Amino acid sequence: MSMSPEQKAFLAKRKKEKLLIRLIQILIVVSFFILWELSAQHGLINEFVFSKPSSIFQTIYQLILANNLFNHIFTTLYEIIIAFVLGIVLGFGIAILLYEFPLLAKILDPFLTMLNSLPKVAIGPLIIIIAGANIKSVITMALLINLIVSVMTIYNGFQNIDSHKIKLLNSFNATKMQKLTTLIIPASYSTIISSLKLNISMSQIGVIMGEFLVSKEGIGYLIIYGTQVFNLSLVMSGILILIIISFILYKLVVALEHKLLKNKS
Amino acid sequence: MTKLLEIKNLSKNYQTLKGEIPAILNIDLDVYDGEFIAIVGSSGCGKSTLLNILANLDNYTSGVINYHKKNLKIGYMLQEDALFPWLTILDNALLGLKIEKKLTESNIAYVKNLLQTYGLGDFLDKYPSELSGGMKQRVALIRTLAIKPDILLLDEPFSALDYQSRLAVSNDVYKIIKKEHKTVIMITHDIAEAISLASRIVVLSKRPAKIKSIYEVKLANPSDPISNRQDKKFTTYYDQIWRDLDVNVA
Ligand SMILES: Nc1ncnc2c1ncn2[C@@H]1O[C@H](COP(=O)(O)OP(=O)(O)OP(=O)(O)O)[C@@H](O)[C@H]1O
Ligand SMILES: [Mg+2]
Repeated sequence: MSMSPEQKAFLAKRKKEKLLIRLIQILIVVSFFILWELSAQHGLINEFVFSKPSSIFQTIYQLILANNLFNHIFTTLYEIIIAFVLGIVLGFGIAILLYEFPLLAKILDPFLTMLNSLPKVAIGPLIIIIAGANIKSVITMALLINLIVSVMTIYNGFQNIDSHKIKLLNSFNATKMQKLTTLIIPASYSTIISSLKLNISMSQIGVIMGEFLVSKEGIGYLIIYGTQVFNLSLVMSGILILIIISFILYKLVVALEHKLLKNKS
Repeated sequence: MTKLLEIKNLSKNYQTLKGEIPAILNIDLDVYDGEFIAIVGSSGCGKSTLLNILANLDNYTSGVINYHKKNLKIGYMLQEDALFPWLTILDNALLGLKIEKKLTESNIAYVKNLLQTYGLGDFLDKYPSELSGGMKQRVALIRTLAIKPDILLLDEPFSALDYQSRLAVSNDVYKIIKKEHKTVIMITHDIAEAISLASRIVVLSKRPAKIKSIYEVKLANPSDPISNRQDKKFTTYYDQIWRDLDVNVA
């Protein structure tokens, strides 16, 4: 297929624009670090509180040398992924239950609303006592935060299904199971997929919160430990690593979402 | 002609928190094999309620419905095409068979043949979004025909279409139905459509729906629905039904 000169020019312009945006973004990050470094070195900002990039990179380097940075990253990632997967599987299951048993949904409605509006961190200490000061508490904390959101999103998707399609299946005498597999689930496919994005963010919030409350490992632990010993370079390192992890995870989920939605339609 | 269905003294009240809504009152109607019955009535009078009851999708308050054939099979074509956007045209047309676990080779061949015959042969692997309104309506009809029903219930099957395609599609659908020798009960708002298609027209009163009058349609030169509109006796029926409907133009 040959391209018209207009189309070529248009595509070239778009490509150029994209490149420009990337360049400026990189420039912003680099200048931010340079400014930060310079202001700290010249006493414009309090180095003790804000640390400075060179110290942060050195801290990260030492953490790698001491060979436990990757342990911390691994722990946090592990917790996030377990919470994420559990959140989706349980959220999906509970949403189906609520949909299939409307009476149950009506009964549980005020309790779900309460649970949804409750600041989950408030029950953190209770979770520690019940689940123990271990990784289980962290995952429970994260689940508590992401589950309600998953359930609500998926359940809402179910409820918005076109009633005419349900009537159609009823006219064919479809069983509950058939309605679920031929209509309810495929029709809410995109809702379920888009709940993944929300879920990954919630899982991260939950895991870090959990690690703040109780942990011996993980990025949240590094940050809390850093604060306790007034090692602000350590705190900043933790935050920096967390920013990178969450950015990558988010991008991965978005890519997954694209892939799943493309295959479907 | 053999009687397929007998409706006696049928009444239906809807129960709501604000009270009881009578929707259908004492309807008597016999349906014979091979008939094309059109039901006309003002908006909200209870037409869809009647079809829902006949299709076993809703219960009724009192009366009797006798099905004169054992396991009388009912095909219901809803007002909306209700095609599943994630299924291909072929899979949409096969949906009823799939639910009834009757996806046999001969049934699939039957559906493919219907799609072929009615101008959808090139669209088997396409999705509903790629079809025109009239084509979607035909897929919905074929999906209903696929399960080989004895009676077809059609709820305003052409209402989603503009006037031009409405005429064309009703002509097509009429041909399909006659060729497949189906018994039909069709709801419509359109008096002209009723006269041009039906062999009998049932006029319902305002809510609660009672039978106001029944017309045997005997045109001078019965032909296809579009030509029927030019028939000598067309306007006579039209005027009578219009008067029966007692539409208040406020
Ligand atoms: N589930 C329901 N609960 C309570 N009232 C209902 C219910 N369904 C329908 N009705 C009422 O019963 C009456 C008849 O409804 P129906 O849908 O049968 O009318 P219709 O003749 O098909 O109308 P239209 O021509 O607009 O399609 C209406 O007044 C409607 O408000
Ligand atoms: Mg209706």
